[in-house]
Amino acid sequence: MFRDALLVAGKDLRVEARSRVALNQVAPFALLVLILFAFALDPDSGVLDRATPGLYWIAVLFCALLAIQRAFAIEAADGNRDALRLSGLEPAGIYLGKMAAIAAQLAVLEILLGLGVVLLYGSHSSGWPLLICTCLAATAGIAAAGTLYGVLAAGLRVRETLLPLLLLPVLAPVLIGSTRAFEAARDGTPGEGWPWVGLLAVFALTYTIFGAFGFGPLLEES
Amino acid sequence: MEPVVHLRSAVSLLGRFPALAGVDLDVDPGEIVLLQGPNGAGKTTLLRTLAGLLPVVSGTAEVLGHDLRTDAKAVRRRVGLLGHATMLYDELTVADNVRFWARAAKARPADAEAAMVELGLDGRLRDVTVARLSAGQRRRAAIAVTVARRPELWLLDEPHAGLDAATRDVVDGLVRRAADAGATVVVASHELERATALAGRSVTIVGGVIEHAAESESRSEGQGQAASEPDAEPEVARVP
Repeated sequence: MFRDALLVAGKDLRVEARSRVALNQVAPFALLVLILFAFALDPDSGVLDRATPGLYWIAVLFCALLAIQRAFAIEAADGNRDALRLSGLEPAGIYLGKMAAIAAQLAVLEILLGLGVVLLYGSHSSGWPLLICTCLAATAGIAAAGTLYGVLAAGLRVRETLLPLLLLPVLAPVLIGSTRAFEAARDGTPGEGWPWVGLLAVFALTYTIFGAFGFGPLLEES
Repeated sequence: MEPVVHLRSAVSLLGRFPALAGVDLDVDPGEIVLLQGPNGAGKTTLLRTLAGLLPVVSGTAEVLGHDLRTDAKAVRRRVGLLGHATMLYDELTVADNVRFWARAAKARPADAEAAMVELGLDGRLRDVTVARLSAGQRRRAAIAVTVARRPELWLLDEPHAGLDAATRDVVDGLVRRAADAGATVVVASHELERATALAGRSVTIVGGVIEHAAESESRSEGQGQAASEPDAEPEVARVP
């Protein structure tokens, strides 16, 4: 299973490295979202500073939607989904591989967005261990749930519009948990943030287990 | 000797609708069978059913010793389906594609390299992304993937489509060598002259049902005298 996961993750990352969709389209989109938030919320009033953790994670969710749609668009083209079914790869391996590739792309985008927040909003934080653990757990959760809902929507004609409708409500706990943890890091009270990291880790683990078992039947139905 | 393909009154669904309406067919190990019929007759559906991609809802359907109704996944990893879609990633190079699908099928890296050489994809083309290939080159890459997987049952849907004459000969050679090595081949084609020369037997499907079976000239020449007379009608029989 893990061999298959490595194979699929390597393939998906190679597709991304050659097409550079995340770098040339998703990353500029993410930075644009940050800039528009800055225009909408006056930086001098303090609202922007208070809202920064939430804005950051909303931008991450928008990027995640694009990355997940892209991950399944490449399988929808030219019969590749049938090829995956015929390949002999373990469905759980395919799931974990696609999840890992999405998580890797999201991690890079989160670093870019973090730099954008520091440069554009002037934000700063001292709780680096909390920030890093929050990002790891939230990224795993978004990728785990996104991969599961991505394959669910992949077989439908309205997948581009359906995926956000299905996925964003599911990711609400991730948005809340990661925002609260970031706020705790910003305010210098990391002790209040760690329970939220625990929640994010449970969310990620739950969806990873569900996904490993549920991906195969969903791939058959899509 | 157990047949590689054994269908009796097999009915499969395409979506919610029956696509095969009770097919009877036996294919022996090492045999090359031509599947012919008009457009929409069910050739592609039959190949996809044999690959385990479409559900069989009634009748008997065994492929490579596995029951398609209960164990389709065990069949899939042992068949090579060359369909109308090339099943390649546009963003990856030819070599990336062939290696990925070969590794997925647990074939040796040497098999992937050999397949690319056999299909003439070992030079400049191996490092070209699939999106930049012509239709014929894409087809060659798709055939290379099928060959690299070293399947036990080859399911070829119009394998000569879009290929030049030289590459068609190469494909025919690959199919013959695979059959000589023990693989079984079911090929659907409208290029009857070429495909008949390749196949040992042909079956005709119409409206999702096998109507006729006939030994082709290439096989009959070595076995009987009916085909030695130019005007002789090929033997026609119900399948099985």
